[in-house]
Amino acid sequence: MNRFGYTTLTVAAALAAAVWTAPARAADSDVSYEVVDGYTIREPLTDTPGDPVMGRKWAINRKLGNCLSCHQMPIPEEQFHGETGPALYGVADVYDEGELRLRIVDPKVLNPHSMMPSFYKVEGLNRVMKGFQDKPILSAQQVEDIVAYMMTLRDTSKKSQ
Amino acid sequence: MMTTMLKVLGRGVLGLAGAGMMAAVAAAPAAADESTGARIDWGPYKVGDVRSGYTYAGAQTRAMQDDEFQNPAFLWLERGMDIWDTVEGEAGKACADCHGDAEESMAGVATRYPIYFEDWGKLMNIEQRINWCRETQMRAEPFAWESDDLLGITAFVKNQSKGMAVDVAIDGPAAPFFEMGKDFYQTRRGQLDLACTHCHVDNPGNLIRAEILSQGQVNGFPTYRLKWQTVGSLHRRFRGCNKNIRAEPFPYGSDEYVNLELYTSWRGNGLPVESPSVRK
Ligand code: HEC
Ligand code: HEC
Repeated sequence: MNRFGYTTLTVAAALAAAVWTAPARAADSDVSYEVVDGYTIREPLTDTPGDPVMGRKWAINRKLGNCLSCHQMPIPEEQFHGETGPALYGVADVYDEGELRLRIVDPKVLNPHSMMPSFYKVEGLNRVMKGFQDKPILSAQQVEDIVAYMMTLRDTSKKSQ
Repeated sequence: MMTTMLKVLGRGVLGLAGAGMMAAVAAAPAAADESTGARIDWGPYKVGDVRSGYTYAGAQTRAMQDDEFQNPAFLWLERGMDIWDTVEGEAGKACADCHGDAEESMAGVATRYPIYFEDWGKLMNIEQRINWCRETQMRAEPFAWESDDLLGITAFVKNQSKGMAVDVAIDGPAAPFFEMGKDFYQTRRGQLDLACTHCHVDNPGNLIRAEILSQGQVNGFPTYRLKWQTVGSLHRRFRGCNKNIRAEPFPYGSDEYVNLELYTSWRGNGLPVESPSVRK
């Protein structure tokens, strides 16, 4: 198997705690992941399975995923879905879990010109604002939650014309 | 008071550029029904593919900009007009003592800035020129960035070029600074890892959550921003766009931002000076 791209994310425990402080879901301090064949991350980042209900919340939250700033999603209670990325209705019919994980962790592996932020990457960034340095946008568990939520987006018919 | 407003009114519409343009501007709001998808004649606010933020703004915001009595920035213009005639500093001079009637001496100035300034060996923008005049010519204290005084006098000076096409020079000694500004514009930064281009070149017209992205043109600054509830400088906007992507902003008046100002002004060469504009 051709493996290119093996990335280790090392974040001091104290910093990670500042990113995500809810008690039950810490343990994010040093999570490594493996990009397989340049298109998927097969292994979950955490042992706790992702929670799609929480994932939906992180996707809405402007300080966390804020996915709605760029994507239209089946989240009717929120006004103003962004248009700079593709609509995500039915996205789990197109990609499997590992592919979705890579798209959230580091979409620039797939498209170096992508506008989409890498939600679980801290290297190679430029002039990050004080207070956000050396922290990923999402915790590893939040990434898993969002992946779990993405996996529920199956029915393309919801994309009404 | 009334005469003051009337004097300002003369610069309120883009009337300087001739009757034909005025007709086009006047026609714009009537045709501005985005929902029909019909092509809109934006008059001078669109030059080729270059479109002022005005053309992305909502009808109410545009109306607020167009109507001098509704445009809240006119309070700052009046302050600027007062400053123009006010003696300050050890030299005992006002702007007017050296420059006379602003309507004549300042017409067209804003279309050329930022300029390369020989003494500094780098660029200078309007705010810096104003403070240079205060310090070296008037021997007065420079105005602080984002003070109502600096915003007011800047808006007043730029307003004397209202309707005139932006035309900054990027050749000769300005060239390396232009290149640095261009580089800045295209460089990713911040935790969200975005460059100006991602939003303002690749996505104008698209919603980013509740905001319609524009081309990020700079011809309307200083601008009255509804979100700020006050007038703000271009460098405040630059800082805001940097902070939104969680990038450490640069200081007001920094070389980085003045170079960026030259690059972004050049992107809008041909657009009319619109200061003070109104934006959401
Ligand atoms: C700043 C804009 C932006 C944000 C924020 C953003 N995305 Fe994206 N996303 C894009 C763009 C643009 C693409 C198109 C592919 C590319 O350029 O990488 C994309 C592609 C995707 C895809 C692949 C869709 C397809 O049909 O190929 C998925 C899945 C996705 N994003 C999920 C997310 C999730 C989940 C979040 C929040 C955690 C998110 N995105 C946040 C801009 C964004
Ligand atoms: C994540 C998206 C994003 C990025 C990246 C971004 N901006 Fe903006 N910018 C906006 C939004 C949203 C607005 C408000 C709506 C509009 O005019 O586009 C705005 C407005 C502006 C305006 C005001 C336009 C007007 O007509 O008043 C300027 C100037 C500007 N941006 C310049 C820049 C520069 C320079 C950079 C890079 C240093 C940059 N922006 C990066 C989102 C962005």
